[in-house]
Amino acid sequence: MTDDMDCIDLVEITTDYFEGALAPAEAARLEAHLTECDGCTEFVRQMRETQETLGRVDVAVVPAPGRERLLEAFRAWKADKS
Amino acid sequence: MPVRLGAGDERYSGSDESATLALLRAGDEATFMDLVDRYAPAMKKLARAYVRDDAMADDVVQEAWLGVLRGLEAFEGRSSLRSWIFTIVVNRAKTRGVREARSLPFSALAGDEAGRDDPAVPPDRFAGPGARWPRHWVDDPAPWGDRPEERLLSRELRARIDAAIDALPPVQRSVVILRDVAGQPTPDVCNALGLTETNARVLLHRARAKIRRALDPYMTGEVSA
Repeated sequence: MTDDMDCIDLVEITTDYFEGALAPAEAARLEAHLTECDGCTEFVRQMRETQETLGRVDVAVVPAPGRERLLEAFRAWKADKS
Repeated sequence: MPVRLGAGDERYSGSDESATLALLRAGDEATFMDLVDRYAPAMKKLARAYVRDDAMADDVVQEAWLGVLRGLEAFEGRSSLRSWIFTIVVNRAKTRGVREARSLPFSALAGDEAGRDDPAVPPDRFAGPGARWPRHWVDDPAPWGDRPEERLLSRELRARIDAAIDALPPVQRSVVILRDVAGQPTPDVCNALGLTETNARVLLHRARAKIRRALDPYMTGEVSA
């Protein structure tokens, strides 16, 4: 490997990279490392997928706590405003 | 309970959010209950970072929804509806936390969580100083495979994510819920929680890294989800 970034350091800065918080030179080193390292490429992909998966956890799998009380509150709010 | 994908449901993103708002304002019960089912579980996890027990967290969630209803007419859509709802949770939870004499100094907790040695990947996954490629992967991470959208439908995976979020220290939990689950921009997360952007990014990274590790056995197929 010819880049000057180590995997053990790269895995600590992927969020800074996604958030655009790395200095341009460091972002460039990270990208250069990714072109040569399958392990880090997979790691970055998994961190992105984790993030995206978290954005989809509003799948309703169980009834929300206090659902009935909330429905009553919504009906009361509706009656009140009309 | 129907299984739905939030991110693929256009009613909840972008300009189509106005349709949801209009339905809510018109008093459409199904729209309201759909939002409740989507967001209440994550709202409770967020509230739980501020208050002593589950019952209080449930109260905070209830109060937050009442706050949503009260604020609905005045809501101007400067943030997304989802983001706004979660901000209300933080505000209610802070008030409740103070009232219950459990006002967690989030900035102090954040400093503590950020200051800990908490590597994203266990150090033994990387080669030591005598190796041919020191500080590089001993074995590459096992691939997660394709078709993530199918895995998202799995209740097992959802339960796994829930458990991983619950296991996070309180500030990391709050940051990852606001940033990734509620979809708030980082500056908004920092405002809501009183964090510096640097600390917020460190804690977000640790939270995501822990959740990645919790999902890993399912995503690689080592354990079926």
